[in-house]
Amino acid sequence: MSVTQPRRRVSFVGILGELFITAGILVLLFLGWQVWLGNLIEGNEQRSDAETQSQAWNKGGSSAPAPTDRPDPGEPVVAPAPGNAVTFANLIIPRFGVDYTRPIAQGIGVRDVLEYGVGHYPSSVMPGAIGNTAYAAHRTGAGSPFFDVDKLQVGDSIYVETEDGWYQYRMRSLEYVQPTGVGVLLPVPQAPGVEATERILTLTSCNPVFTASERIIVYAVFETWYPRDGGAPAELAPLTATAAR
Amino acid sequence: MYGALWRVLPGPWWVRVLILVVLVAAILTAMVFWVFPWVNGFIIPQDVTVGDS
Repeated sequence: MSVTQPRRRVSFVGILGELFITAGILVLLFLGWQVWLGNLIEGNEQRSDAETQSQAWNKGGSSAPAPTDRPDPGEPVVAPAPGNAVTFANLIIPRFGVDYTRPIAQGIGVRDVLEYGVGHYPSSVMPGAIGNTAYAAHRTGAGSPFFDVDKLQVGDSIYVETEDGWYQYRMRSLEYVQPTGVGVLLPVPQAPGVEATERILTLTSCNPVFTASERIIVYAVFETWYPRDGGAPAELAPLTATAAR
Repeated sequence: MYGALWRVLPGPWWVRVLILVVLVAAILTAMVFWVFPWVNGFIIPQDVTVGDS
């Protein structure tokens, strides 16, 4: 005896419902990709770009750490400003992880620079120069270079690596400003008309995380610099060891 | 829709499950590496700079 199963009627509403459920799952997956997986992938790409660049600057030479009794490096070399969207440096912040390095390009274009790493405000001076050298990057999305920017502590090292060497700054303070707060980019931040005597580094990103109603600003002060021939800062030994592999 | 897909697939149930797993993996890979980055291009990123722009 055979039992014939009753043939299910294909209902239009049923198919529509399944399509909606599928669309909903895809949107959720996209969100997960945007805030997590895509970020991871892009962040890794940026790190590997930065490492490749660093190796090219080493010209095959070793990146042995500089001796602690290294000679006085003298005044830091200041490179001429590159053209828009030209990658000219790496930003290295050990507080964000021992392997944290991200490429810096000239300009703050949303599509041509900030999607690929950190942007250097063209109106600000180059790293190592007297005045303010300012950078912007995403806190979320596009690899989230500045996701942990609020975790920086006073005295933390912030390195800008260029072909000439490593410029070391130390984190001094943090503030929150309106999106229009251009005072943070002044040669002496928030002090209009004052002539700069110090070398300041400024990082800007959005705040709170996942929104952009404010800007989070980190200031750092120049400490010293390490010419490329003299070897990398000892603090970056874990990073240069990974990069050499 | 998915019921029809299940009926169309050949073989015993575990073969169908295997085919579905491979299918889902392929779709997810395509999403993550091509579709999602493409869609992301239409979404206005958050502003991280100070200034008028």
